[in-house]
Amino acid sequence: MSQPTGPASQGHAHKQPAPPPEAMPEAMPEAMDVTLAINGSRKTLRVAPWTSLLDALRLHLDLTGTKKGCDHGQCGACTVLVDGRRINSCLTLAVMAEGRTVTTIEGLASGDALHPLQEAFVEQDAFQCGYCTPGQICSAVGLLEEGHAKSDDDIRELMSGNLCRCGAYPNIVAAIRQVMDAQPSAKDGGAP
Amino acid sequence: MRAFSYDRPDSVDAALRGVAGQPGTTTEAAVKFVAGGTNLLDLMKADVMRPERLVDISRLGLDRIEDTEGGGLRLGALARNADTAYDARVQARYPMLSKAILAGASAQLRNMATNGGNLLQRTRCYYFYDTGTPCNKREPGTGCGALTGVNRIHAILGASDSCIAVHPSDMCVALAALDAVVRVSGPTGERTIPFADFHRLPGDTPHIDSSLAADELITAIDLPAQGFADHSTYLKVRDRASYAFALVSVAAALKIDGQTIRSARLALGGVAHKPWRDPAVEAELAGKPASLETFREAARVLLRDARGQSHNAFKIALAERAIVRALAEAAGVEHS
Repeated sequence: MSQPTGPASQGHAHKQPAPPPEAMPEAMPEAMDVTLAINGSRKTLRVAPWTSLLDALRLHLDLTGTKKGCDHGQCGACTVLVDGRRINSCLTLAVMAEGRTVTTIEGLASGDALHPLQEAFVEQDAFQCGYCTPGQICSAVGLLEEGHAKSDDDIRELMSGNLCRCGAYPNIVAAIRQVMDAQPSAKDGGAP
Repeated sequence: MRAFSYDRPDSVDAALRGVAGQPGTTTEAAVKFVAGGTNLLDLMKADVMRPERLVDISRLGLDRIEDTEGGGLRLGALARNADTAYDARVQARYPMLSKAILAGASAQLRNMATNGGNLLQRTRCYYFYDTGTPCNKREPGTGCGALTGVNRIHAILGASDSCIAVHPSDMCVALAALDAVVRVSGPTGERTIPFADFHRLPGDTPHIDSSLAADELITAIDLPAQGFADHSTYLKVRDRASYAFALVSVAAALKIDGQTIRSARLALGGVAHKPWRDPAVEAELAGKPASLETFREAARVLLRDARGQSHNAFKIALAERAIVRALAEAAGVEHS
């Protein structure tokens, strides 16, 4: 895996112009070692301070299930669980996640057994193109863990940080509802 | 994103040493604290903010929510917005605050964003974000793109010829209504800043958002004992039902004795460079009957000096109606 050499090596979805040379610090800040517990295994990677957690997952760890949509925290495609809580990985630096436990879409299934939410998304046809789906599912895992949703309206409100441009919203709500109803303990804050 | 260096100190003192000697206010600082990062990193990607160094304060432990001796509640600066909104004491004693926090952002962002960072978030003015346009807040002296541009979301109160941006926070509107106090650590020790003095109006220095100095750190936000739990609400009016910034929002809180208002608090969001309060209007409400007539008069007087720009004059009527509705909801008065 190549190491970033500067801002230009960052994600391609939202290109920023390279800063003019006179604006650069005299010495480029050192890359830093970061150790993360990712999907059950401990990984140490060397990243520049400005590498987002999203780019670290996709570019350094080949975990490309987590998607880059807007790269500005507006679409939710990059949603992952850090220490069990759903966050936007595009608005977190990899170095800020040092020592944390990160779960991505790749870490939800147990072997060939899909996570109940993955099963429910398939059963309810809760996607069309699929680009937002990893973020939707990780967000839904977080939602059930939080335990604040009691109704379909609650699900809609608490999933509003995940956009689906195909408009699969009704089926996404149905999939989450299916898992919520099957596991009432989740409503009390238990793990799904 | 431009290159920067990163440090993660393990104590408040070490964090303060990281920003020691910086002149001016925190808005202008070259070395910046990062905690949730939800606004700062976004602005760095947009090249609007260009810190040379980030000092990560997210592990300093200032994340507790604790009762204070006077019957109030101390919200740690690094407590996450979600943890604050769902805290049982906040929900029971300061429901208006809980509602305001949950009206803002998305679940993911509220899991990341901290209370201190919420106070320091920057405006969502399009021209502030767009580095290809003039903006006195982003680059002092370049002019204001919004004044003659698209200004539907902009200020109707307290604006200046230099800047018509609004403060985007929901949480801060409720904190303003509650008379919260911001606790700050700096090189000479601790100080407290009344909430009304924390944010500022743009005047001719719109590049300065708050009175926090560049070498200071927010450690906590203190809520007074009076939480108006019986008669308060937060009403947010926006372009879509969720995950949008306020066009107008109202934090309304009343103490009512029978049908008579004993005291009132009213703060508006989405209308000014800071959460907007009018102490004269609040004082005028005391002693009046809790009726729609009273609320309509208060709304009319509060907005008497409001001034619309080319696209946002609708906000004046919207704010009047939102105030009436919020006060009616807070008072439990029927409102059509």
